[in-house]
Amino acid sequence: MQDVQRKIREEAKKLLAARSVDLIIGFEEASLPLRASPVFIHNEDDVEALVWNCFCENNLATYLTKVAGRKVAVVAKGCDSRSIVALIVEGQIKREEIIVIGIPCQGMVDRRKIEKEVQGEILEAGEKNDEVSVRGDDFEGVFKKEDYLYPSCRTCEYHSPVISDILIGEKIKENTELDEYAETIEYEKKSINERREYFGREMGKCIRCYACRQACPMCYCEECFVDNSYPKWIEKGLDLSDLAAWHIMRAYHQAGRCVDCGSCERACPMEVNLRFLTRKINKEVKDYFDFETGLDIKAPPPLTTFSPDDRQDFIHSGEESTGESRGD
Amino acid sequence: MKEREPKILAFLCNWCSYAGADLAGVSRIQYPPNVRVIRVPCSSRINPFFIVKALQQGIDGVLVAGCHPGDCHYISGNYVARRKFAIIKSFLEYIGIEKDRVQFAWISAAEGLRFAEVIKEVTEKVRGLGPIRKWGKIRRV
Repeated sequence: MQDVQRKIREEAKKLLAARSVDLIIGFEEASLPLRASPVFIHNEDDVEALVWNCFCENNLATYLTKVAGRKVAVVAKGCDSRSIVALIVEGQIKREEIIVIGIPCQGMVDRRKIEKEVQGEILEAGEKNDEVSVRGDDFEGVFKKEDYLYPSCRTCEYHSPVISDILIGEKIKENTELDEYAETIEYEKKSINERREYFGREMGKCIRCYACRQACPMCYCEECFVDNSYPKWIEKGLDLSDLAAWHIMRAYHQAGRCVDCGSCERACPMEVNLRFLTRKINKEVKDYFDFETGLDIKAPPPLTTFSPDDRQDFIHSGEESTGESRGD
Repeated sequence: MKEREPKILAFLCNWCSYAGADLAGVSRIQYPPNVRVIRVPCSSRINPFFIVKALQQGIDGVLVAGCHPGDCHYISGNYVARRKFAIIKSFLEYIGIEKDRVQFAWISAAEGLRFAEVIKEVTEKVRGLGPIRKWGKIRRV
């Protein structure tokens, strides 16, 4: 980790000194323990602020659409790099304007899970090899990273960046044997009432702060449907049906675009299980169109294209009907 | 008390399904009066949010009908629509909306009889499911 951090700083310094980029987007030490916050570095003297640890959980691709038009270098994990590819495919950013500092990622540590393990407030946290140590006023604790990874990191297939101009660290092999949708399939098996109830309960927690939207690299619309007042798609209050509609459509808009980085869920202050929605969408996209987001810079998003042979077993096509034949 | 009649919202494409409904009408074919028709230029005009919104507002079932694949007036509109429908249909089922509440059909302008049959079938299925259950209280716009 220290090694990676040192190399990030070196590369950042080189890029800024050579004026190859105007801006570096990376992580810096945050003011709270167990966190790292995004940082924007313009000056080569400031590169020492850059850090790399197991708390660098944000998806930095989110910021790229906001600085489009400038030459930017961005620190990217596997999931971030897939978001970058998706943004390039959608024409939001230009490949030649972005320098990807790719870092194979071992997974990020779930701060909430650790916070729940200890009594009292954590004042200091550190990382050593595969352990995280925390300290508070009258307690100390050491946790194995592996047991405290984010759920999205546990089911991550592509730990290494899909695209990178500068690769720091050893590539990690793709984890394709993983049954990444096991949980979704399990959920599908529940009865319709159970599913309905769970969905209602989860969405009922939402306070509509839209942090999920802000954290998501793919939510770059200038005006989100939820903010529209004409047509007013959704009422502004906390009525459960409005919360449900918001989350249904937020997830649906991710069809063929979500890389399952988990940023939405990490940003959520109410700990709503948001990934159980987007994962279902991802699974359907994979089942129907054999598409995974952000792996191929040439492949168009699945909902912008079609094939005449797409599956249509869910549509009344009239072939089984005994009615009159089609009048061709 | 008499059982509440289900309300079905049908989005029909202007070029095929709406003409199919028209044919059913001029041919004097009977079909359940539960259906409310909204004419749209093409099935690809259907933003899945229309469906979600209709269900949120208390509609018991939604039918979206368009031209048969290959017959689209706009060449490929229904192919694109089909991809959207595939996702939204299984997604709504996943979160607990019965799958028969949201249905899709290809109905050509010559299929007046089939239009009536589809409406009958959809109405019967939705009737069987009963009124839609709301997540919260509904608000009328």
